[in-house]
Amino acid sequence: MSSEILLQVEGLCARAAGNEILRGLDLTVRAGEVHAVMGPNGSGKSTLANVLAGRPGVEVTAGKVLYRGRNLVEMAPEERAREGIFLAFQYPVEIPGVTNLYFLKAAANAVRKHRGLEELDAMDFLSLARRKMKLVEMDEKMMSRAINEGFSGGEKKRNEVLQMAILEPVLSILDETDSGLDIDALGIVSRGVNSLRSAERSMIVITHYQRLLDHIVPDRVHVLAGGRIVRSGGKELALELEEQGYAWIEGGAGAA
Amino acid sequence: MTRDAREHYVAGFGQFAEREAAGDPPWLHALRKQAIARFAETGFPTRDDEAWRYTNLGPIARTPFEIAAPASAVIGRADLERLSFPVFACSVFVFVNGRFAPSLSAPRALAGGIQIGNLAAALPSPLCPLEGHLGSLARPDEGALVALNTAFFTDGVMLHVPAGVEIETPIHVVYLSVPGERATISYPRTLVVAGRGSRATVVEDFVSLGGGVAFTNAVCEIALAEGSAVEHVSLQREHEDAAHLGAIRVRQARDSRYKAHGISLGGRLTRNDVLAILDGPGADCELNGFYVASDAQHVDNHTTIDHARPQGTSREFYKGVLDDRARGVFSGKVIVRPGAQKTSAQQTNKNLLLSADAEIDSKPQLEIFADDVRCSHGSSIGQLDEDALFYLRARGIDLATARSLLMRAFSAEITARIGIGALRERIDELLLARMLRTRAEAA
Repeated sequence: MSSEILLQVEGLCARAAGNEILRGLDLTVRAGEVHAVMGPNGSGKSTLANVLAGRPGVEVTAGKVLYRGRNLVEMAPEERAREGIFLAFQYPVEIPGVTNLYFLKAAANAVRKHRGLEELDAMDFLSLARRKMKLVEMDEKMMSRAINEGFSGGEKKRNEVLQMAILEPVLSILDETDSGLDIDALGIVSRGVNSLRSAERSMIVITHYQRLLDHIVPDRVHVLAGGRIVRSGGKELALELEEQGYAWIEGGAGAA
Repeated sequence: MTRDAREHYVAGFGQFAEREAAGDPPWLHALRKQAIARFAETGFPTRDDEAWRYTNLGPIARTPFEIAAPASAVIGRADLERLSFPVFACSVFVFVNGRFAPSLSAPRALAGGIQIGNLAAALPSPLCPLEGHLGSLARPDEGALVALNTAFFTDGVMLHVPAGVEIETPIHVVYLSVPGERATISYPRTLVVAGRGSRATVVEDFVSLGGGVAFTNAVCEIALAEGSAVEHVSLQREHEDAAHLGAIRVRQARDSRYKAHGISLGGRLTRNDVLAILDGPGADCELNGFYVASDAQHVDNHTTIDHARPQGTSREFYKGVLDDRARGVFSGKVIVRPGAQKTSAQQTNKNLLLSADAEIDSKPQLEIFADDVRCSHGSSIGQLDEDALFYLRARGIDLATARSLLMRAFSAEITARIGIGALRERIDELLLARMLRTRAEAA
């Protein structure tokens, strides 16, 4: 049984800060699948995440990216978000002066409005947020604080997963969500992510290390090197990488 | 050119003294003569003057401004409500082109021997409460602009809060400018005398109705007796053709607290000149400021906090948003006099430049003549944070909303310091509306 293709990336080339980073990347993600993208530093993992989310300054120079059949490259970042794409940031941004609660409500209602749902008032939103906060074991006090301001590394990542839980995206891209997390926080974040897995939702989990994949078990694992996917396999590929490191890739396909 | 300006105002003063000011008490007559003599001597400051290096008054000096005609008859209550803060309970005093407009004002009954009213009504009284106060903090010999106002002012608000009295209701003073066919000038004058342990909130609100070349030359004097507290909002939202040159002079006795919020949104040329003297031990002074300028607007905040006595504390925090070809100037000086030990002073200026052509000259300065003090200062210039914009957009928030959220966050750091909630909210709204008028579309 093969489900609907959500994301189709073909021959993607992209530049960031004047450097050619992605050099002909192919990737197909179907509904319900979890794909892990692994690879050494500088291989283009974060650039891939940024291309999908639409970060200004990352320029697609060739290839195509189709999301549910639509050309993703032409869509503004906010439109992608409303259409169900979610990037969990590797470095969540601190925004002083805007409370987490105000931000999450504005985001949730922007997405709901786009989906033809009624916007939530303050009370309804708060009760939704409370439910979702339990999922990531987040203290309610965090809601009245400025977005990510003074949050610990773990709190920031939990806040990302909270946003994900509230916005209920179709395709989530987790960009090194495991970086900077201790083992307890990793467990909490992973449980949050896993609770969102379903037959309709897909995820691209970008990571440097295999340990996250013990918690979020992928359907497919891809190795990114030199801006291209050089190897794909099942979840056992991640274990192989853990044992062998990336040296074999860097000596081979990574030379470009 | 400067000579012409001097002649223009000196000639105008001759007429003014014979007509409008004919009924002045002798002390005021003497003060005015001293003031016009001072102006005749110096004329308008030029850019050779260090304090005016970044702000050119040439166009002001060249324009033959005439005293604005009375215009309160053409103003309806609806006009005013559109411009003002109708929402919350204030005691409202409205002045149109520098003259009191009783029909537009709504003073509330105030208890406890509080004297409040318009200067013009108080002046003829034999026991004039203004004598000895008016002109004592903003002295005509200190500079051309204070001198000009002193020579020509006809009206404004006076507030005297007796010892121990606390006024809960803000006093909202609207100085409304209604420009005419020709270039006009008005001279609003405010005097606040806070008795021992008293407390009051005063909002000076400079507004225009309609366009036209107009010059507001405002002076505000605030004297705080021991242990008193005054919160002072000065909101400038005049028309884009207007020039606004304002001076605020504050003297603080022992343990008094002065808290100011200087907000500049309008005007083609704005200069706010603030001097606060901490003239008693343990006085506390907080100067907050926010400015928004776009197109060819020029806004200059020139402040001095003078720690003349020990154990004083001051905090100064100015922020601004500049777009298009707008130009901002922040020049903030903190002086710590010899003997003003245990002074603590902080000074910060932060700017957001939304365009490559916008410009800010930021000059925080400390002059310290005592050794046991804690002083810090700093300034910064930046753009809207691109990473923050992307973060908000990546959650479905559109670009215009994301920008307004970040700008509101930028200004909230200043407005959060306004003590009265209803006032804070209204000013937040005004600021946001003004900031959104700077490029609605963007990068």
